Amino acid sequence: MAGTLHFEPDDRCNAFITVCEEAPYGDGRLAGVAVAVKDNISTRGIQTTCGSRILQGYVPPFDAHVVTLLRAEGAAIVGKTNMDEFGMGTTTETSGFGPTLNPADRERVPGGSSGGSAAAVAAGLVPMALGTDTGGSIRCPAAFCGIVGLKPTYGRVSRYGLVAYANSLEQIGPMTRSVEDASLLLEVISRYDPRDSTSFDRPYTHQPSTDVRGLKIGLPQEYFGEGVDPRVAEVVKDAIGRLEDLGAETVPCSIPSMAYALAAYYVICTSEASSNLARFDGVRYGPPVDARKNWHEAFREIRGANFGPEVRRRIMLGTFALSAGYYGRYYAKAQVARRNVEKDIERVLASVDIIAGPTMPTVAFRLGEKTDPLSMYLSDILTVPANLAGVPAISVPCGTVDGLPVGLQLIGRRFADEQVIDAAYAYEEAAA
Amino acid sequence: MTVIVGLEVHVQLNTRTKLFCGCSTDYRDDEPNTHVCPVCLGLPGALPRINRTAVEYGLRVAKALDMDVLEESEFARKNYFYPDLPKGFQITQYDRPLAINGTIEIEDDAGREKEVRITRVHLEEDPGRLVHRGGGDRARYSLVDYNRSGIPLLEIVTEPDLRSPQEARRFLVKLRSILEYLGVFDGEREGALRVDANISLEGHDRVEVKNISSYRGVEKALTFEVTRQKNLIRRGVPIVRETRHFQEARGITTSSRGKEEEHDYRYFPEPDLRPLRVADWVAGIELPELPAARKNRFMEQYGISLIHARTLTGDVKVADFYEKVAHVDPLLAATWVADTLLGELNYRSMSIAKVPPDHFADLLSLIKQDVVTDRAAVQILRVMLDRCAAGEAPESPEAIMERLNLGKAAGGEFTAIVRAVIEAHPQAVEDYRSGKKGALNYLVGQVMKETRGRADPRELGRIVTEYIETSEV
Repeated sequence: MAGTLHFEPDDRCNAFITVCEEAPYGDGRLAGVAVAVKDNISTRGIQTTCGSRILQGYVPPFDAHVVTLLRAEGAAIVGKTNMDEFGMGTTTETSGFGPTLNPADRERVPGGSSGGSAAAVAAGLVPMALGTDTGGSIRCPAAFCGIVGLKPTYGRVSRYGLVAYANSLEQIGPMTRSVEDASLLLEVISRYDPRDSTSFDRPYTHQPSTDVRGLKIGLPQEYFGEGVDPRVAEVVKDAIGRLEDLGAETVPCSIPSMAYALAAYYVICTSEASSNLARFDGVRYGPPVDARKNWHEAFREIRGANFGPEVRRRIMLGTFALSAGYYGRYYAKAQVARRNVEKDIERVLASVDIIAGPTMPTVAFRLGEKTDPLSMYLSDILTVPANLAGVPAISVPCGTVDGLPVGLQLIGRRFADEQVIDAAYAYEEAAA
Repeated sequence: MTVIVGLEVHVQLNTRTKLFCGCSTDYRDDEPNTHVCPVCLGLPGALPRINRTAVEYGLRVAKALDMDVLEESEFARKNYFYPDLPKGFQITQYDRPLAINGTIEIEDDAGREKEVRITRVHLEEDPGRLVHRGGGDRARYSLVDYNRSGIPLLEIVTEPDLRSPQEARRFLVKLRSILEYLGVFDGEREGALRVDANISLEGHDRVEVKNISSYRGVEKALTFEVTRQKNLIRRGVPIVRETRHFQEARGITTSSRGKEEEHDYRYFPEPDLRPLRVADWVAGIELPELPAARKNRFMEQYGISLIHARTLTGDVKVADFYEKVAHVDPLLAATWVADTLLGELNYRSMSIAKVPPDHFADLLSLIKQDVVTDRAAVQILRVMLDRCAAGEAPESPEAIMERLNLGKAAGGEFTAIVRAVIEAHPQAVEDYRSGKKGALNYLVGQVMKETRGRADPRELGRIVTEYIETSEV
């Protein structure tokens, strides 16, 4: 039965940029379910800012494919969630609309960049939300806030309507309280869309199973070594022990190319971003340019005034990496490193079914704790490999350190999202 | 001093929809910004989706120019800021174009066949269009029309094989002919062709002339440049390697230094599109008959001359028209289309597409059946064309002939006129009889005058002679 959902959340964590107090819904498998949508996913008639002042007031005239699918299953789109500006961050602190707080500890960051979606789910404001994951932006906040977050196989979910940050890396995915909900949400949003040329007609229709007998789990030494908080590593190892109890077997392995993964990731994502963000010039939408100035001056002014410092930094890095004379040294090399990571992960996944490790090397940081961009970038080390390789990866809550949530990350083969879901489901059921 | 010219030609492919979205390409008579969607407006989140017909059109060209089609070609982003470029980058092709290494044959200035090498062809999207209000550099503001944004362009790049402005023009005419034969281009559409030309004098730096938008413009711009560069060299001033703009209205090129510095376009592969694998696709493409083949067939099938065959096959629309009217009489049709009709059309700057072939065929029949004289036929044709040009309903040649009384004078009417003329000029008759044969021309001229050209002069000469020799006057 179609209707309207009244939604007035007690948003103490600043999870939402836009709240839809009267959210219409329809019939279907998500009839009347409140779903929050990250603010870089286009929603017809609802402001979509990407967490940036440069898009303030922009109301898309069309729905992203995933939003069309949500509406078709009856979901009530109740709001747009806060995020690092254009997805560029690991804490949601770079948002142009103030940081989101972690519901588990409001002195701490929720992770990012889908921090608003994670906080909205963790705070119980909504049962499910959509996030996007370019280098860990679903899994990191899921881990920090203690919820489930899945980055699907690249190409499994249409990106049509997702405002691009780094096209070749990012996917839209579910952020939910349970693996079962993540599975249902993925089923809804993975219907094929020919408008995204990089997507595949491989819809996900799967009922999660807890049977992991004989499942081979690879434990890369890089996921438990230097830079990883030993307490986090211990919690994660215990969780993997649960899977062994259920009949899975573990084998040690290694992904040597990970040494270059972060560098490759940051060159590729900033390069693509420098081009993607060129369209924000104030001519067609967003805060308008001063039409009395010459266009070049006006563009520079509006971009300088409305992009935050992290976005400006990444645009400059990417512009540099693509410049004549530097392309070969940076962009082209990063692509080679990316292929090496892909091959490494493929090789490992030829002998094991799942790669397991912590989602994040630490628990959630304090607000304002990380001021140096480089140390911030380093915290993405365990999540970027799945984006570089295009493989599915899930973060499922697996315990706490000092009362703060820790995420178990499970990475699978391309288009084996089902297997990743099953392993996470088995753990979740066993831990319950 | 040898002139060295290479061209980069951009042509709009005449697909029904744009290169990366479903918007219609038929925007020329419509309001600004009415053929747009999130994709061609570059709205955040919109994604490009390749138009397969545009790729096929590009491949047809590649095949017709005997090019090597790349097994896998790729789109790339060319990054630069300009208000007519909605995404801040243009989707084009860079190091992996559709095809490389082709040739086009043209005539050089001495009339000899020569090959112009084609470096590459690639697909790209057209930007929008800026309309400056208030005039040129002092415009108070500019408006942007995105109807053109995303129209498929094929860029065709030549090696520096052209040796004169005239050769460059002949190359473009030939290229247009081939593209129209392939059905991928309509040269009559405004702004459908844009050319950048690189020109240098041997041993000196080269200059790029941008913004040329017509066949004649290319010849004019290059002629201006040859003169300008020769004069500089003569005065000992070195040629500066630069980009210049062609000012069509003034027929000159001006330096655009300072305005447009050397760009770093930061090309990289377009991450929203997969590489194109077209090798199998190419094999399935069947080419239509091209100008050279059609010229040979015309000579063989219709028995017409090389000159006529060449003229008739240069433009696919003319060739098609000829084939629609040749059934009346191939030789007669060839003469009347190539020698008369094309000249009359050229005089009116009119397209042959506006001429109804059935009416033209009827006119040929009237000529063939000797119902009208050549002179009267030309008059009928002119009336026909003027009506078509004015957009009036076409009138059949018979109707025009009757209405203007242009039918060949015959029978009694004719004899009566001859008799009247002979009776009115006894002196001339006398002169003729006394051996002054020139007097006959005078008499025939008088009859022609009376019949207003409806009589055939040769036939008339025979009749007048006969009449004088048999009559008692």
